[in-house]
Amino acid sequence: MAAEKTPLIRLAKRTEMKRSSMWMIRVGSILVALLLGCLPMILTATNPFSAYGVIIQGSLSRPVYLKQTIRTAIPLLGCALAIAPCFKMKFWNIGAEGQITMGAVAATYFALFWHDRIPHVPLLLIMAFTAAIAGGLWALIPAFFKARFNTNETLFTLMMNYIAIGIVAWLQGGPWEGRKGSQLIPMFSDSARLPTVFGVNCGWIIALVLVVLMYIYMNKTKQGYEIAVIGDSVNTARYAGMNVGWIIMRTMFISGAISGIVGFIIVSGANFTLYSGVADGVGFTSITVAWLSQLNSFAMIVISMILAVLEKGSNTLQTRMSVPASIADIITGILLFCMLSCEFFINYKLIFRHKENKEEGV
Amino acid sequence: MMSTIIALIVAAVTFGTVLMYGTLGEILTEKSGNLNLGVEGIMYMGGAFGLAGAFYYEKAAGAAASGPAAIIIAILAAFAAGMAASAIYSFLTITLRANQNVTGLALSIFGTGIGQFVGEFMRVSEGGYVALSNNLKEAFSATIFPKVFVNIPVIGNILFSHTVFFYLAIVVAVLMYLFLKKTKWGMYLTAVGESPSTSDAAGINIVKYKYLATIIGGGISAIGGMVYIMTTAGCVWNHEGLSGVGWLAVALVIFCMWRPLNAIWGSVLFGAMMIMYLRVAIPFIPTELYKILPYIVTVIVLVLTSMKNSRDKQPPASLGNNYFREER
Repeated sequence: MAAEKTPLIRLAKRTEMKRSSMWMIRVGSILVALLLGCLPMILTATNPFSAYGVIIQGSLSRPVYLKQTIRTAIPLLGCALAIAPCFKMKFWNIGAEGQITMGAVAATYFALFWHDRIPHVPLLLIMAFTAAIAGGLWALIPAFFKARFNTNETLFTLMMNYIAIGIVAWLQGGPWEGRKGSQLIPMFSDSARLPTVFGVNCGWIIALVLVVLMYIYMNKTKQGYEIAVIGDSVNTARYAGMNVGWIIMRTMFISGAISGIVGFIIVSGANFTLYSGVADGVGFTSITVAWLSQLNSFAMIVISMILAVLEKGSNTLQTRMSVPASIADIITGILLFCMLSCEFFINYKLIFRHKENKEEGV
Repeated sequence: MMSTIIALIVAAVTFGTVLMYGTLGEILTEKSGNLNLGVEGIMYMGGAFGLAGAFYYEKAAGAAASGPAAIIIAILAAFAAGMAASAIYSFLTITLRANQNVTGLALSIFGTGIGQFVGEFMRVSEGGYVALSNNLKEAFSATIFPKVFVNIPVIGNILFSHTVFFYLAIVVAVLMYLFLKKTKWGMYLTAVGESPSTSDAAGINIVKYKYLATIIGGGISAIGGMVYIMTTAGCVWNHEGLSGVGWLAVALVIFCMWRPLNAIWGSVLFGAMMIMYLRVAIPFIPTELYKILPYIVTVIVLVLTSMKNSRDKQPPASLGNNYFREER
């Protein structure tokens, strides 16, 4: 009788798991995802092996391709770094898209109206600085209401994205429009463009510096520790005497500022102009980068490169084998689903009824 | 002037219908405590599979294809696609306890990818153009009322000129209201969303309620994507037009305070705000700026409700959090 009441599968929290087997599970889930990614290819009569081959070839095989792939990876990496502290704090900032956009707006203002009065390097520094401030302030709005009234931050930051994008759409067709009726903002002059290092805009250096800084900030500083405590338990943080509201606002400002810098890198390093789609989904994709890397700064470099390879490679796939480039989104989605599920097997172990009965000698 | 206003209302209802499905589905989902941010992806999938259903039905049936059958097939195809998408979400968040925000975003990426893929693939494999015959297009955009009603001055157009999908959406809204307020199961569902641990202690099967609400909710949301493609977009795959609609539906849920009946007028109002720039030019306010009006309004509503802190105007208390029975 007792056996019938025990559910078929029970769960128990794992206490400790070896680091190596943890990473084995994670790598395994990536492989499963790549296998599942074959399904849509097979259904549309494409050979998955040659398709993956084309993806790798089209993104890594030549220096030109590699440079383009890295150019795609830079904003993903930068923005994932921005999101990491918020997520660590369990503040679900999905407004990076808008924060990037506002950073880009601030940078563009100086690029358009001050480029003939300020020399090259100071101009770039001013652009980066104001972009950081603009992104930070944009992030501070939802953070303030979260700290003061506990307003739902997920929905608030989400709405702020569309407001930011709308503002750019207005600038594009209104005050900052170049040739009348073109709906386009003029291209930046050379003095407002980021220099290239090894053929890629120097944004990659900024991103790598940020990786190290963010790692130190999150793991070695008092502020990073405070963020981790709030993430674990807001009440514990309160009992310990932390000013939770202040920390939320401070962290969000830092996060928005980094996103703003990413916006600056995008406009002055890649696009050389501003348009409403400037963030181009980076704010959302980078959330997945941050989460897949377990909020570990160094893992983000790898994950953002993987996603960039998928994105760049699938464009080649579309031109060569006429498989729609959206296959990249499908595989990214599957990759995420698998990585999210594998955490379950890392955190819990399954106990089957049958096995247990034997143990109890029934 | 009068005709402009009537035209505006009719257009607002057309776009509002799309939003209404998205919103109603998400209300049902969020009532169970699941914040499914994948609505965008779900609606893409609904749009692509709805179009595919109607298109391949017509291809198979040839000249014998009938309007009502195509409509039913499109609805079922979209509903099934939405159920499949939100089943993935449910399995990950309810059974595997993955983070709801990240899972929802993953579903958004996945769903928009699938929708785009199916839409593009159909276009390529059918030689560049996927469209229904004019007969069927007509069926999707025609009203269900006879001409006599539509011809009544003023109210004829406002009340009786809409597609079958609008009236169906109202039926869904009313049924959902009755379900949530008047039935035992609706009460249980609300309880699950408010406090899963209390409901669990009271013997309610949390897992079952969460799964059912999320999966059916996803199906309803997906119909919205199909309605967009089959009415506003004119029965061709148009991903630019569909992008952002799902997120707007998530915003509307807040605006409607998680009440299905509010979704009826709320979505028509949002529909009006979204298409107003095409119909009326307000002096001094650039069109691009009042396109962001719905989002600003939503932010204000969100802030006001959290400031007032009144009990009946709050999100379901457990919204966004997973329930672990073992963790107390």
